[in-house]
Formats: sequence, structure tokens, C-alpha cells
Amino acid sequence: MYVAVKGGEKAIDAAHAWLAEERRGDPSVAELSVAQIRQQLALAVNRVMAEGSLYDPDLAALAIKQARGDLIEAIFLIRAYRTTLPRLGASAPLETAQMAITRRISATFKDLPGGQILGPTFDYTHRLLDFKLAAEGEVPAAPTAPASLDAVPHVTAMLNRDGLIQTEAEGNATPPDLTREPMEIPTTRPLRLQAITRGDEGFILSMAYSTQRGYGRTHAFVGELRIGTVAVEMEIPELGFSVEIGEVELTECETVNQFKGSKTEPPQFTRGYGLVFGQTERKAIAMSLVDRALRWKELGEDNTGAPAQDEEFVLMHADNIQATGFLEHIKLPHYVDFQAELELVRKLRREALAHGEAAE
Amino acid sequence: MNALSIDTAARKAWMGLLARTAPARLAELMLDLPPHAVLRGPEVGAVMVRGRVGGTGQPFNLGEMTVTRCSVRLEDGAVGHAHVQGRDKTHALRAAVLDALMQTNAAEALEARILTPLRSAETAARSLRAAKAAATKVEFFTLVRGEDK
Repeated sequence: MYVAVKGGEKAIDAAHAWLAEERRGDPSVAELSVAQIRQQLALAVNRVMAEGSLYDPDLAALAIKQARGDLIEAIFLIRAYRTTLPRLGASAPLETAQMAITRRISATFKDLPGGQILGPTFDYTHRLLDFKLAAEGEVPAAPTAPASLDAVPHVTAMLNRDGLIQTEAEGNATPPDLTREPMEIPTTRPLRLQAITRGDEGFILSMAYSTQRGYGRTHAFVGELRIGTVAVEMEIPELGFSVEIGEVELTECETVNQFKGSKTEPPQFTRGYGLVFGQTERKAIAMSLVDRALRWKELGEDNTGAPAQDEEFVLMHADNIQATGFLEHIKLPHYVDFQAELELVRKLRREALAHGEAAE
Repeated sequence: MNALSIDTAARKAWMGLLARTAPARLAELMLDLPPHAVLRGPEVGAVMVRGRVGGTGQPFNLGEMTVTRCSVRLEDGAVGHAHVQGRDKTHALRAAVLDALMQTNAAEALEARILTPLRSAETAARSLRAAKAAATKVEFFTLVRGEDK
């Protein structure tokens, strides 16, 4: 019989001391600074901000350093930190149509106002290892061209002029917040989008991919993918007007999907929507596909039983901190639980063996 | 009434500029602070950033951002407020003091000495980024096709 035990403090302290040493690595190699991580591992920083659900590049970079590059561990640190912050308010909804564009492409229209702007993309690289990066060197300045600072219109707004695409339901209702109220199924689209934008990139990617392979197919085109910065504005009670409190980099993806029409709606295109902190286009595209797949009921489509159509399945398993917390807890001491199982199996075996002997 | 609305627009503009500016740059331009009483903060907190479904529809919660707020009163009674991005308390304090000073006779001098350089640096950075983006704009060429002959 086991009893509850205390102990291991010395072992834990030693383990943490060794962790700190391993984190630092070989002291003859220069130590990474938080600024270097922020500047040179910017896409890792963006992922930690998006899934940590807290926009602060310096904190995300620090979390990556502390987590030795384990991004889910870094996201965990950011989620823990954000619970310590008082909520000062909520911003006015972002005006993504006013985005200062660094990248903007459309897979549906070749020629469109504002043009196709590739931005700093991995697309069209050959995915061959560049051994020049193994050596230090100067990077030549990127070319420039005359530019205007005017806002670039959304592609879907242009489609909407002809009524060819569904108009989003307008409203200014305070959206539900899953960080304050536990998520309840069935959800609303605003709550789903909050859950997906902070969901695990790998999970959302796989869900989106499953729809492309036929499990809840939605025939998505990327109407527009845009990356850039948008001002964040908030109403300040003591002032009585709203001011800009900063700006955030965002990736926004709007898909254009087939829709046959229904008894009440003429045939028109429908939309899926992705909006994610940072330059995170794989996530934003995946989000828009999953968002669209989850809209089957509202659009009167068939439920084919596909995982991506099941909001409980998608939303309750998208959060990598919840998932890793539950998954990894099983490695922690379960001595008493296991003792109970052990007693049970021994008892069943005794009974089965006694039964066997009686039968002979 | 008209003058008041212009003042609000101007105040919104400088508050936004101060919120976006790099804390170190503001510190360089604003070494000494006049005597002031701190009314609130500086306090680090989070603001829930909202987007709209489809960019135009109902609001949804995108995620939080760190923000530091501060309110001060100068000896002449002018009250300044600041909400700045990030967790730098001296940034919020300086922005609040400057917001108060901009409501005094010192406004014109501070506009020239602090706000103008910050604004030009921001405009230059934005223009450079837009120019780099413009260089990646695709120019399509139409090829002559067989059936066009």
C-alpha cells in the first residue's frame, strides 16, 4: 500500500538549475538577446502573440528565450502572464480596410485596385538551404518604388457592389469573450472566431486541410490575403472621445466560396474569415477555411459528419494550452490513482483465477 | 464650437502619435519633466482588441494587447492622460505630461521640438515601408496568343 508522499524538493531545484544551464547552452557561444529574437525570429514571435492571445512582441520574444524555443511552452508563459494584467478596456473594432499594406494578394482577380503586392514572402523561393546565412554578412537594402499611402479596398467589397457575395450581418453588440465566460456549445460566429484565432496553428491547419481533401468541402478561393499594420483605437472615458493607443500587425484572409442559393437567397458567393495577430498567413488562411466550414448550418448546407463541421470537436480541441495541460498532466504523479487500479486488477485476476479453478 | 472640435482632433492626433512612438525616442526628446502630480498610474494592463467578422460585420474579440496608462496634473492645473502601447511606465508618464503641456502656452514650442520630429520619423518609416511594398507589386505582361493572329 502506498501513502501520499512529500519530497523531491532538492531534485526539483537541481533539475531547474540544470534547465537554466541547458537553456544558456555552451557559454563559449554568444548569448541570444531578447531583441535578437524579436528581430530575427519574428514569425515565431508572431505565433506566440497570436496563440498567447496577447500582442506584445518583447514579451513574446522573452517567452521564446525562456522556453528554449518551445513555442507552446512560450505561449503557456504568455497566457499565464496575461491573467495578471488588469483589463483596461476594449478597443473599437479594427478598420482592416485602412491597413498600411506590406503584402496583399488575391487569387481571384489578377488586376485589382491597389494591385498584387507580394511583400516579404517565402513564396517563389526555391526552399533550398541558403548556406550564406551560416556566415555573417551584410544584407543589401530591399528595392523601393514610388508608393501611395492611400488605403487599399477589400476585394470582397468590390464583389459586394454587384451583390455577388453575401453581406456580413452588421452589428455593434458586445461580443462574447471566452477568457471571461467559459465557451458554451452551440456558439456564435464571433465566439468561434475568437477561439480559432488563438487556436493551435497545427490543429487549425489540419482542420482546414481536411476540408480541402473532402471532409466538409467548401470550395474556397483566397479572395484576398493582406498583411500590414492597423491602428488600435479605444474610447477613453475620462476624455469622452476615442484615441489611438497603438498599432498592431495583422494578417487577414477572406475566402470566396461557392453557394448554390436557397429558397430565400439567390445564388451568390459566401465568405470565410481569418484575422490573426502578426504576419501569420498560414494560420489566417486556415482560419478562414475552418470558419467557413463551421457555417454549414446557418447557410443551410448538409452536415456530412466531417470533423471540420463539428464545432464542438473543432473549438474544444483547438486550444494548445488546454490540450497540452491535460495531455502532459498524466506524466505527473498519479501514485494513488494507479494504486487503486492496481488493487482492482489484482482483485479481478484473483476472481478470474478462482473461477477458472472452480470450473475445472 | 468649431474651435473645440479642432482642438479635440489635434489632441487625438498627438495622443495617438505619443502612443505609437518608441519609448526611447520620446525619452531622448523629453529629458526633463516639469513638476507634476500623478493622478493615476502609471499602470500596465491589457486592452481587448476587437475585429469585425469579414472585416465589416459584427465585432469579435481578437486578442489582447499590453497598454500602460497614466494621468497627471501640472502645477497650473492642466490635466494630461495617456494610454500607450506596451509596458513602459516612463513612456506613459512622459506621454501624459506632454498631453498636459500641450494644453498650456508651451504647446507651440513642444510641437516644434518634440511632436514634429516624432511625426516626421513616423512618416519616413511608413513611407519607406510602403515604398518597399510598392517594389514588390506585380506587373503582369500579356503574351500574344496564337488565336490573336
